[in-house]
Amino acid sequence: MLDNFLNQFWPSTVDGLALGSIYALIALGYTMVYGVLRLINFAHSEIFMIGTFTSLAVVGAFGFSEIGGIALVGVVLLLALAGGLASGASAVALEYLAYRPLRKRGAGRLAALISAIGASLFLQQLFARVLIPWWFDVPQEKGALPVQGHFVVREDVFAIGDFVVRNDKLIIFLAAILMMVALDQFVTRTKLGRGIRATAQDPETSVLMGVNIDRIVTATFAIGGAMAGAAAALYFMRFEETNYFVGFLLGIKAFTAAVLGGIGNLRGALVGGLTLGLIEMYGSAFFGSEWKDVVAFSVLVLVLMFRPTGILGESLQQARV
Amino acid sequence: MKLGTSALRLIAMAGVASLALTACGGEDSGGGGDVSEVSIGVMGDFTGENSGIVLPIKNAVQLAIDNYNATSPETKIVLKEYDSQAKPEQATALAKKAIKEDKIVGLVGPAFSGESAQVGPVLEEAGIPSVSASATNAALAENGWKYWHRVIADDDVQGAGLGAFITTGLAAKKVFVVDDKSTYGQPLGATVKASSESGGASTQTDSIDIKASDYSSTVNKVKAFAPDAIFFAGYYAQGGKLLKQLREAGVTGKFLSADGSLDPGLAKGAGTKNADGALIGCPCLIDPEGTAGDASKTFAEAYKAKFNASTAIYSAEAYDAATVFINAIKAGKVTPEDINTWIATADFAGVSKQIKFQENGEIAADDVYIYKVTGETLPLLGNAKTVKDE
Repeated sequence: MLDNFLNQFWPSTVDGLALGSIYALIALGYTMVYGVLRLINFAHSEIFMIGTFTSLAVVGAFGFSEIGGIALVGVVLLLALAGGLASGASAVALEYLAYRPLRKRGAGRLAALISAIGASLFLQQLFARVLIPWWFDVPQEKGALPVQGHFVVREDVFAIGDFVVRNDKLIIFLAAILMMVALDQFVTRTKLGRGIRATAQDPETSVLMGVNIDRIVTATFAIGGAMAGAAAALYFMRFEETNYFVGFLLGIKAFTAAVLGGIGNLRGALVGGLTLGLIEMYGSAFFGSEWKDVVAFSVLVLVLMFRPTGILGESLQQARV
Repeated sequence: MKLGTSALRLIAMAGVASLALTACGGEDSGGGGDVSEVSIGVMGDFTGENSGIVLPIKNAVQLAIDNYNATSPETKIVLKEYDSQAKPEQATALAKKAIKEDKIVGLVGPAFSGESAQVGPVLEEAGIPSVSASATNAALAENGWKYWHRVIADDDVQGAGLGAFITTGLAAKKVFVVDDKSTYGQPLGATVKASSESGGASTQTDSIDIKASDYSSTVNKVKAFAPDAIFFAGYYAQGGKLLKQLREAGVTGKFLSADGSLDPGLAKGAGTKNADGALIGCPCLIDPEGTAGDASKTFAEAYKAKFNASTAIYSAEAYDAATVFINAIKAGKVTPEDINTWIATADFAGVSKQIKFQENGEIAADDVYIYKVTGETLPLLGNAKTVKDE
């Protein structure tokens, strides 16, 4: 066992960071919405799913194939932009249709949670039974099958012994770090970011101070959705396929990452995501892939026992420069 | 393969079915001697969502019986079709109708394991012999049914055959077995691992989560082991993803899988460049080009001429299943009881294999065929016992 672990240490590290980066970007959406509305937006995984289909559509529309080298960075940027727009818009629409009416009527958080689960199932089935069969011209019962769009040429960027870094994994990691830093700066430095933090801290007082809550909520969903869309583009570059339930497992993992890092905390999402990715890969190398989730969740329970608010603990409102 | 249902449910429902049947016991469809006409049934999903893989069965049976009737034999055969849509309740009702009203003397089918488990007791009660061309669930043979047979090897035989092929045909010394933790994949993977080990290979195993898309932990393990052959026990949707990630990580060992992955979807998922040369095993013979032998060639040509379509999955087996009944009737056996007794002694060369049954109704032959992924097609490479992949 230890042998396996040592043999696979460096490849596991690379894969863990790449996987963790995607977790982190999805976790942002959970964490931001939670920070502002105290709502766990279960439909966020479907917002991610919409992003992957956007990437698929863009790859198909431009007929990308055999993309490698620096061109891949450009293509991914385009996919992330398209995915961010589509997912961001979907997230705003979701909030408008599924959460806002409840909020306006003063419904409790539990009602919003049920609404979130309903929206999640609705979007999944909409894709599985209507959109995918229509789009790919397949019979309805084939709507559950994965759809592919191959376009990436995978090359090793550099290698130090076992530490081999491939182009797609490097792009994922760097893009995730870059986006996290940008978002962090946005929330701490801009007016809108200040509004988000104020609302997270005390919605009522912030209204009195002239913050337009509806605008803040819309912005929060838009940003969280856009991050999920960008994550979807990175995911699609890495795996080149998607299906209607692609967001389900990733969503659970990303939510776990958010809790691990400290839910409601932007930097916590990054720390939680990368930590979870690494634990999963190290755990698999040590015990075998079937133990991946057992190891990951054991660590989560241990962390929460000693730090109930997650690794970084603090929440969105306290994030300061 | 993929169409078996959970064993518990089957046993429960089979019990109910046999209870319901005690009332309408076995009827003999007439004495022996000169009978000018008997009915044979064929049952399966002809109009439901899996009809694509069952219609070739119906066609092949039709072909066999039409050819036989064209020789103006003493006893003609009337083919009765029973469209179960793979729904067990529907299959049970149809089987009762077939026995009471149509007085069939034998049944080709049911096509799938789930419906077989429930029609089995009905036929057993009435004493009607059946031969399935496609139900591969290993547990079906463990019911102690005396009238049930199949002309296709089960999942255990498939696993053993593939393990032997990996260590002899491919001469692999290091084999990595990946399963998908499903009721189909897990036992299949275990059988392949065991038979590879008894063939002298060292093995390692890992499992994937069918809901996940990142298999890099499995890929890293495979890469560290550097196997000559990688066997995936599971379905093509995950098989394609796994194969893609293995090749992209620079793993070069031979990739093999079994009937669950015998689908163009494997190459689509992996990308044809990655999938090329992957070897897929199946106890079924799909040989539209007729390269497996003279019988297969004659059958493929006759099928093409009659239906203007290539032979497909299970068509050769269905032809053999129909031939079992035809040969029995040729031998002058026209009652279900006589036919069943004759089947126990049957021993003739079919299209797909030598047709000879074991006592439990299982086919004696253990042939497994290997298909080689080429582009998005899966042409036949040959019988796993003799073929080598160069």
